[in-house]
Amino acid sequence: MSLSPSEIERYARHIVLREIGGPGQGAIKAAGVLVVGAGGLGSPLIQYLAAAGIGRIGIVDDDVVSLSNLQRQVLHGTPDIGEAKTASAAQAVARLNPHVLVEPLAERLTAANADAIVARYDVVADGSDNFETRYAVSDACFRKAKPLVSAALGIFDGTLTTIRAHERAPDGSWNPSYRCLFPTPPPPGSIPACAEAGVLGALAGVLGSLMAIEVIRQITGFGEGLVGRLLMVDARSMRFETLSYAWDDRNPLTGTAQAPSGSD
Amino acid sequence: MKLCYFAWVRERIGKTEEEVELPPGVTTIGDLVGWLKGRGEEYAHAFEHGEVVRAAIDRRHARPEAEIAGAREIAFFPPMTGG
Repeated sequence: MSLSPSEIERYARHIVLREIGGPGQGAIKAAGVLVVGAGGLGSPLIQYLAAAGIGRIGIVDDDVVSLSNLQRQVLHGTPDIGEAKTASAAQAVARLNPHVLVEPLAERLTAANADAIVARYDVVADGSDNFETRYAVSDACFRKAKPLVSAALGIFDGTLTTIRAHERAPDGSWNPSYRCLFPTPPPPGSIPACAEAGVLGALAGVLGSLMAIEVIRQITGFGEGLVGRLLMVDARSMRFETLSYAWDDRNPLTGTAQAPSGSD
Repeated sequence: MKLCYFAWVRERIGKTEEEVELPPGVTTIGDLVGWLKGRGEEYAHAFEHGEVVRAAIDRRHARPEAEIAGAREIAFFPPMTGG
């Protein structure tokens, strides 16, 4: 996709990179990215995706901005309290970069609507705050053959991985799915949510920014991403550890009981 | 053997890592979890929902029935959902 002179100047520090260049920046402009959740993770993620010039950003969130969000959800400000997060996010993006089209989806992503929403985008990034949505998003991304960047926060901890379960690894084996790592959701109420447990605000900034790197990587293809690897960030002791995980033939989504067959 | 705990497993146990001597008969991840649950309330709380907490042997994700003989390090990490 061609770039105007002002876009070439705006994205000069990306265009100068051999790994991105003019073609990579064109691919970024041509891309549609779905961001699930405009909260702690979604805030820096949306900011960096908008600044990078992603052509179209879909933002799914059914919540409104509240005062207790502002400790970490840096996309929103004090004047936005009470406003839909999607509307607040769209205004923030318009201020950052007028070349980005925001598609606000002020609804909850569920197993019922996930396939239809995910299908309209090239890459999906999940920064949602509940397991029901996480499983709905990851299952839909497999069925619709979309790369998924998935991050989650605990109190002092974060995790990040990239899932391309609809594709095979270079050795011919299937890439793992989210369900290869976490086969089924934990029992409801067994894990406290941020709302009750609290969360270190700047940690959301670290993980959300790392999500943006993985999203840009899925579009431009530089380096080596987190497919088959789970990054764990422990802000209590400043440990960054990476674990590898493989396709599990017993996983309930793509296991051999149901042969993998990404559609579209 | 070195055990490492992450996220709410670490918060519940109150330790980042520890060295343990395993008793005879503890040969799989599942055995290890069962043995840890008997070491105190904090461990029982951390592993109360069985296979929700995942394990990695020498930084590779492993199923509960995986053999742990020869492992240098076992890490336990749980699913998280905050966004």
